[in-house]
Amino acid sequence: MIWHEGPLLAIESSCDETCAAVLRGRRVLSNIVASQADMHERWGGVVPEAAARAHVDAMLPVVQDALSHAAVGLDRIGAIVVTNRPGLIGALSVGLTTAKALSFALRVPMIGVHHIEGHLLSPFAVIDGYNDPPNFPHLSLVVSGGHTELVHVLAPGRYRLLGQSIDDAAGEAFDKSARLMGLPYPGGRAIQERARAGKPRYALPRGLKGDTFDFSFAGFKTAVSRLVEKEGDRLNIDDLASSVQETITEVLSARAVAAAESVGAKTMTVVGGVAANQRLRERLAELAARSGIRLIVPPIELCTDNAAMIGLAGSWRLAVGQRDDFTLDAFPNAELPADADEPELGPIDESFA
Amino acid sequence: MRLLAGEWVKRWPAGTVVLLDGPMGAGKTTFARGVLEALGHVGAVRSPTFNLLHVYDTDPPVLHADLYRLSAASGLGLEDYFDTHLCLIEWPDRLGALPGQVWRVKIEFGEGESQRVVTLLKPGLGAGTSQPAPSVGDPRMEG
Repeated sequence: MIWHEGPLLAIESSCDETCAAVLRGRRVLSNIVASQADMHERWGGVVPEAAARAHVDAMLPVVQDALSHAAVGLDRIGAIVVTNRPGLIGALSVGLTTAKALSFALRVPMIGVHHIEGHLLSPFAVIDGYNDPPNFPHLSLVVSGGHTELVHVLAPGRYRLLGQSIDDAAGEAFDKSARLMGLPYPGGRAIQERARAGKPRYALPRGLKGDTFDFSFAGFKTAVSRLVEKEGDRLNIDDLASSVQETITEVLSARAVAAAESVGAKTMTVVGGVAANQRLRERLAELAARSGIRLIVPPIELCTDNAAMIGLAGSWRLAVGQRDDFTLDAFPNAELPADADEPELGPIDESFA
Repeated sequence: MRLLAGEWVKRWPAGTVVLLDGPMGAGKTTFARGVLEALGHVGAVRSPTFNLLHVYDTDPPVLHADLYRLSAASGLGLEDYFDTHLCLIEWPDRLGALPGQVWRVKIEFGEGESQRVVTLLKPGLGAGTSQPAPSVGDPRMEG
């Protein structure tokens, strides 16, 4: 597989973080993230208007940071990659407008990519001692606040969705359980902390049963709500945190490994913000090892939203000659690209690494 | 719940705004799934909590919004859909000013584990309460 030799500048603003990165081939030269989490704390939640404005305020400083950390001048940037789907239109538009302006001013090509394609290709990055690119095809578990998907990654640009959450995402199940238990935001981290001292003694539903690669966490949330109400003062928060974490990670791990086995995948990656959960990493590693599957978990800075992964998703597309023009639009909902007609690409070219 | 949604959607043409009220886990998204399935949508109806808005190309087209993560909805652009879509809005207390004519569906936990009390409030009129309806879950669901 080939990559754009760069240096290329990647921009991501689809959700709560303003991100920019500079890449040369698979190597990440800089990966800057400005989070709006503190703003959410101040306002008690997201205000779309304020979020878009925060992206506007953060965008140019973040791009400048990415360039200076990479020690690459703007005049040497060879291409621009930007997330144009899916996400909040107001937020996406900030990144898209910046990308178009830079592409026009620098007279370099620009390409828009799907946020989840970024997550899927994040394991290909070379960063801070990490260099463990998976082979094609492989299986990917994408888990975050908004996504829970099992994807068969056949080749760059060829993705087959094997299963997904039919209601709440796994990260949402963590966050909402935490809220029901009175734990602070972000819920995933709070639950991981409290679970250390707890025992998983509360029984919680595992969602869909039987022969499926789909997930359901809506009933799980309802069960947590009922349990909190029923137990009242007797509720042991540590034990419930442990039960929540064990149940979610077990369902994710077991189904991911089953999906990998069903398609004969010998390699599995786990990406997205929930991949930061230590228990999920442990459990997946155990089950994968038992099935003879190689597990690749990229470093956390590649798992949470970032622009380096967006750069990778655009890099191979640019390398095979794909481009977007200035009519490129932002889309709130979008399916993952699955174009079956993509050319078959050879084994991974290490020459840029 | 989904059967009820399928029955009620018959009164809701494009340009109808329906607010879905109820505590976390009561089944607001399940109700929305019922509406979409009754309109012929095939496929997943995912929680819009993270993305805030999901749009479905049904007849009438449906906007499914969830304001849970918001502290105010200004700048979200919901108003753009009020005239053209059947708008289902979860956690509408974040909305501030409401559009003129709205229906309200209130979903509350009943006495039994799987019981819900669903109340439909017509725009500007009194309420009609349904009988406590056993929730109709996914047949693949455990527990």
